[in-house]
Amino acid sequence: MNDLVTLNPQEALAAAAAGQETFVLNLGPQHPATHGVLRVKLTMDGEYVVRAEPVCGYIHRMHEKMGENRTWAQFLPNTSRIDYLSAMHYTHAYVGAVERAAQIEVPRRAEFVRVITSELNRISSHLVWFGAFLLDLGGFTPLLYAFDDREKILDLLERITGARLTYCYYRFGGLYNDVDAGFLHGVRDFVRYMRPRLEMYRELVTDNIILRKRLVGIGVADAELGRRYGATGPVLRGAGVAYDVRRAEPYSVYPELDFRIPTHPEGDSMARYLVRMEEIEQSLRIIEQALDLIPEGPIRSKVPKVLKPPPGDTCFAVEAARGRFMVRIVSDGKDVPYRVKLRTPSFSNLSLFEEASRGMLLADALAFLGSLDLVIPDIDR
Amino acid sequence: MSPAAAQSAEVQAAAFAAALAAETGAGAAAAAAGFQVQVVEFARRGVHWEATVPPERVASAGQWFAARGYALDTITGVDWLGRGEMEVVYDFFHPLEYWRAVVRTPVPRAQPELPTLSGVFPGANWHERETHEFFGIRFTGHPNLTPLLLPEDADYHPLRKDFAL
Repeated sequence: MNDLVTLNPQEALAAAAAGQETFVLNLGPQHPATHGVLRVKLTMDGEYVVRAEPVCGYIHRMHEKMGENRTWAQFLPNTSRIDYLSAMHYTHAYVGAVERAAQIEVPRRAEFVRVITSELNRISSHLVWFGAFLLDLGGFTPLLYAFDDREKILDLLERITGARLTYCYYRFGGLYNDVDAGFLHGVRDFVRYMRPRLEMYRELVTDNIILRKRLVGIGVADAELGRRYGATGPVLRGAGVAYDVRRAEPYSVYPELDFRIPTHPEGDSMARYLVRMEEIEQSLRIIEQALDLIPEGPIRSKVPKVLKPPPGDTCFAVEAARGRFMVRIVSDGKDVPYRVKLRTPSFSNLSLFEEASRGMLLADALAFLGSLDLVIPDIDR
Repeated sequence: MSPAAAQSAEVQAAAFAAALAAETGAGAAAAAAGFQVQVVEFARRGVHWEATVPPERVASAGQWFAARGYALDTITGVDWLGRGEMEVVYDFFHPLEYWRAVVRTPVPRAQPELPTLSGVFPGANWHERETHEFFGIRFTGHPNLTPLLLPEDADYHPLRKDFAL
């Protein structure tokens, strides 16, 4: 009892007053189910969660301070290391913010390449989540299939960017270099290859009765909860809200492309699962259209060597794999940012966990945590 | 942004201004001195409209956004060392109507303090903890203003401009 009082005094006392006998269970920061160095301090009543308090900061690197100590261009590689599974989107948001502030035009070919590579990155990110999530639930095989498919994307992106994960391919005013015909053919081949794989995933995993028993009706985060915590991405769309930054604050050439925003109203872990699987399909659709429409032409516009955006603050948001990623930059007219704020989706998506996991079985709470698709450096920055 | 949307952004901004003016009870003229609201160009700024409100109006501003179905995007600070003040910046987005709005609140650097929004938006809890540890800005009424990302015994505020690297 003494330990309880020092560890979590209010909960322990309240629970004891209610006749509950609780204990504190420490999960992480080194635990496979937390997908990185996240720690969750659990107050348990037997198998049931009384309170789950996330403890963050184990991989905090203070990217925002780094931004104030290097030039606008030098900060670009930092942005690809925040959510290392979604680097294209993150560099896109930062590059977009600077382009918006300095009013830099981006050639159309570059915009189409950005869309193609961003959507490939979204698929590769969802595949990692898919494999790791099923591993959380005790299914080992899907991970092997998912990583096999993902490897094809990484090979394609490595060919043009030189990196497997931490891409630094988008530059102010365009791209680092042009894509070749081999890449475009490779992407088309990948789209053709991936569609039957999705069918296979459905038969192998989605329709599996054990999976459904672990996910349906469990871990409900409804639309109002999502709004109060600022949840976005598949977490909010899994609660039936068709909020997608590609629609809400259109950027690049997304307005010219036809795609659906998958939503499921249930708000449970299954809904978030289904939203992500359907998003892979939609990304394939977007890539196909972009491949048909991509024009020839320059890939980068003329940008001053020493970039000094005019004083003022500017925001740019993108739909990253985990939701809304927003960069807010403040310039004082110098070649170094005055302030860079990084608003990350995992941060807000995790913040609802404490309220939503109350009263859940521990095993279900971990499935819920997995269904949020957290990347810990994205929370800690 | 289309002209129709621009007009609606004006409607949103005007409704916000009217709500805050009515709230002061001293009439619109007295209230006008305390805050400003303006529509801005989305293509240049990434938001539809913005407002500057004094610290004592923050809570009612938050309630206005919550009642209109806005979600809290983020809270952060900017340290204007030269002016001797800090700015707390609240970003909001509307998940259904897609508005983007920003509210700024200047606080004196010597005593950076303003009320918490965590009662209105529970998501503000973490954003305010982060803003507190990075800038030393205190949110009164916050249930647990302890470091979130920095070590638990951190007594420094790294995003202040006078924090030496």
